[in-house]
Amino acid sequence: MALLKVKGLTKRFGGLLANNEIDLEVPKGSLFAVIGPNGAGKTTFFSMISGFLNSTSGSIAFDGRDTTRMRQDQIAAMGLIRTFQLVQLFKGMSVAENVEVGCHLATRGGVAAALLRPSWFRRQEAEVHERARELLDFVGLGAQADLDAELLPYGQQRLLEVARALASRPRLLLLDEPAAGLNTQETDGLAHIIEKINRQGTTVLLIEHDVGLVTRIAHRIAVLDFGRKIAEGTPDEIKVHPEVIAAYLGVEEAAHA
Amino acid sequence: MTSLAITSPKPAARLDRFSLGLLGAGALLFAAVLVYGGYLLTVMQLAMIYGIFCLGLNFFMGYTGQASFGQNAFACIGGYGSAILCVQYNWEPALALIASMGVAGIAALVIGYPTLRLRGHYLAMATFALGLITYDISVQWTSLTQGYMGYAGIPPLGIGSLTVEDERLKLLCLGGLLLVGFWISQRLRDSRFGRGLRAISGSENGAAALGIRISRFKLIAFVIAGLYASAAGSLFAHTVGFISPEVFGPQMVIVTFTMLYVGGVGTLIGPVVGAIVASLLPEIFRSTGRFQDIAYALVLLLMLIYAPKGLSALGALFRPRKDKGEA
Repeated sequence: MALLKVKGLTKRFGGLLANNEIDLEVPKGSLFAVIGPNGAGKTTFFSMISGFLNSTSGSIAFDGRDTTRMRQDQIAAMGLIRTFQLVQLFKGMSVAENVEVGCHLATRGGVAAALLRPSWFRRQEAEVHERARELLDFVGLGAQADLDAELLPYGQQRLLEVARALASRPRLLLLDEPAAGLNTQETDGLAHIIEKINRQGTTVLLIEHDVGLVTRIAHRIAVLDFGRKIAEGTPDEIKVHPEVIAAYLGVEEAAHA
Repeated sequence: MTSLAITSPKPAARLDRFSLGLLGAGALLFAAVLVYGGYLLTVMQLAMIYGIFCLGLNFFMGYTGQASFGQNAFACIGGYGSAILCVQYNWEPALALIASMGVAGIAALVIGYPTLRLRGHYLAMATFALGLITYDISVQWTSLTQGYMGYAGIPPLGIGSLTVEDERLKLLCLGGLLLVGFWISQRLRDSRFGRGLRAISGSENGAAALGIRISRFKLIAFVIAGLYASAAGSLFAHTVGFISPEVFGPQMVIVTFTMLYVGGVGTLIGPVVGAIVASLLPEIFRSTGRFQDIAYALVLLLMLIYAPKGLSALGALFRPRKDKGEA
């Protein structure tokens, strides 16, 4: 069954057609990737799914419910959690606190609970601290828990964002170019973590332009170019797809390939 | 590395030793003033009141990272609410204070709902206008506010026949109320709600992606700040016994901003430390006569240059620095 169903999704910025009639179905439990050269419209596509941008036309359904016109926080509350290509860490908070914020959706209680601190609230706070530590260990940042998040090196900031997203117990995790700016070793570590997340039952939708990473871990791949979906299939199919090769290498080289 | 010196390697979730030390120093000053008495009692009383105001302002400006130049409007509501209810209608001061907070809270809700859609400089301008409008109302609506004359003879705080008239006792009560305000601030900050606020100041997009309702959180922070401000305004009225529009004018914005930044905006103890330091500093320079203002300004400048995150962030200098780079 499809967890995410996108139909005819289109985004127009003035004269620019950033996304043109994109159809996509992400099956539950899969590790799905959307790839494409720079400027293909991947991030626009992502932003519409996660509610940060409104679409010009088309529809998005998550878990059978129409989310096309919902706000980001409503979509997030349904279990669709995204990360950002440009990391959006909470400055002025520690690494552990960043993950604790991630527990927001998985917990409850507002001003009154914070003031009165009933026993369920105290228990919940303790669980939040505990869970943050666990998730930091999971992505390998356990030793940095008390550091100011801003002081982390770039690669670790990315991992922190993944841990933070996991804290809200997502049903669909959207990762926007998680490997951008990482070296080979860091990318390998990340690939391992993404596979582990998926194996534990979370559906993952990944945007990447690093084809190597994607063909290694994704179950299924869709390819965007100039705002259109030009291909979809298994990694092996995509690797030999003539239009994909043309999009990545240019038409002439593709003719020789 | 030098640029990292003021960024604490461990952003303390609770109070660290340095913060406790600062609070201790504040308590000592408080005790000294209590013993010494005289004119300084009034200065310290006002410091406590401003401290309460700044604790509220810190919710909106510090934790949530939004600019408000108009919190004096809510102090104005509190002050005039207390004055009018007590002088015209003979209300109990404590009841008048609570009722005024209710009015201020509702006002903050109604004003905040449309205003908080603005961001950055626009929000700052809109809130500044709010303060100016309130000031103008307090000057012009003479049938309610008595214009520039203001209200005199506002009764001191008390419950029933027990009134707090003695200046030392007044200071003790205000100190107690400041502690209550501080306690509330600490509880709210270290909670799911407080983390949400601080996340918004760190990255609105990041917070929204994790399901935090940005506009609602900002509005609640604004209302909390308004409630604190209203309480401070009422306490001013009951402590000094007299209010006029000038008390809650733009001057108040500048004074409280100074306090918040000297103490450390966004820190737990910053508002309290800032209020005490910025209130007592001018008194220290009183002996310099007409150079008092210049000396005060100079010290403020030096503080902002060498402790840009405020006095309470200086603790990082004394903590052992952690070497980065090792996993």
